[in-house]
Amino acid sequence: MEWRDAGIALGLARHGEGHALLDVLTAGHGRWRGYLHGGGSRKRASLQPGDLLDLVWRARLEDQLGSFRAESLASPAARALDDGEALAMLSALCALCLRHLPEREPAPGIHAGALELLAALPDPPRRRAAYAHWELRLLAEIGFGLDFTRCALGGPATDLGWVSPRSGRAADRALGAPWAEKLLPLPVFLRDGLPEASPAELRDALRLTGHFLGLWAGRQGAGDPLPPARLRLAARAERAA
Amino acid sequence: MDSSRRPNSGPNAASPMGPELARLIELLARLPGLGPRSARRAALHLAKRREALLAPLAEAMALAAEKIRPCSICGHIDTAEICSICADPQRDDGALCVVEDSADLWAIERMGAFQGRYHVLGGCLSALDGVGPEELRIPQLLARAAEAKPREVVLALNATVDGRATAHYLAEAFADLGIRTSVLAQGVPMGGELEHLDEGTIAAAFMARRGL
Repeated sequence: MEWRDAGIALGLARHGEGHALLDVLTAGHGRWRGYLHGGGSRKRASLQPGDLLDLVWRARLEDQLGSFRAESLASPAARALDDGEALAMLSALCALCLRHLPEREPAPGIHAGALELLAALPDPPRRRAAYAHWELRLLAEIGFGLDFTRCALGGPATDLGWVSPRSGRAADRALGAPWAEKLLPLPVFLRDGLPEASPAELRDALRLTGHFLGLWAGRQGAGDPLPPARLRLAARAERAA
Repeated sequence: MDSSRRPNSGPNAASPMGPELARLIELLARLPGLGPRSARRAALHLAKRREALLAPLAEAMALAAEKIRPCSICGHIDTAEICSICADPQRDDGALCVVEDSADLWAIERMGAFQGRYHVLGGCLSALDGVGPEELRIPQLLARAAEAKPREVVLALNATVDGRATAHYLAEAFADLGIRTSVLAQGVPMGGELEHLDEGTIAAAFMARRGL
């Protein structure tokens, strides 16, 4: 068995002294884990989460772990090492992929969204929007598609401002106001698919998506609702807003 | 060749060594830098120098196993409750260097240019392994810094996504305490040739370029 695909490095776990297990998010093969000979050497710089890779995977049988040949094409993380918010987003993206995405199931939308985030990393308003949109895609991929097309309370769909924490359906801003304490605020950029977001909008978006990601984890019996990296991103967004 | 004189080989061959030696090789093979073949060589070397090397080594290892412990202040591996660096009155209390593990501390000490104190985290925040602040010695670090109020904390963590994410996390926590932090510079290594450097290192070096 052999395939070649473009991928994003999600994580590298050392195996023995000189080798590693590499997790990647690929365009056509979804999340995939394979052996990387020489990938754990401490004498040279290792692959970093977010690295864009040209991957060749080989195994004798399809269900084997197999091994990667990985060539790094670009390293968006290298330009973001001095930017705490960008690194927090990158770490959260990798942690959520590793936790929520099933292995070996193609998820082209998730891969495309991750590429959009990596491209937007140097630009704070763009990356905030790209990250939140990516989490929405992730929710849709795992079966929590949120509906921002109509009002769950029967009102107009022109000014949706809330989301029901139970059904994931949006509600009109004025009609939902009496239940404001129970509903989750819906940021305008998320509703309208806008390409930029403020720190406060990112905070609201993370509260919204975090709630449903936590629900998913609860239903899967996945222990903690959210991975630590995602919790740190949310805490950072709360402070920044 | 006469079959009665054929050397032992194959799955049914008798072991060429006693269980004690086999156990020694098995344990040596778990050490960094050694595999089964080099472990056999090391064991043979020790066996040949039993009095001069094997016995003193066994004694030293037994003593180390009994005495080695993490320093109660900084977490560095040493043989006393308070390590030699924390116990040294000549060290500068105003500078605190945060490292991932004791190997990093030793590397900085080899340089010999830092005379402050250290704090060993025991790792870094990791998205892959799900390591959070509570799994590291971060609460102890923050409590120590809040009490000692150093004028500077040097975050000497690895130039990786996880290392830098940890540095940013700590920098924010120290900012809340009003303590200045710094991180190590990144760039072209001594003797490094640009042609052979990875793209990330060149990008970091370019962004951190300085006037001459």
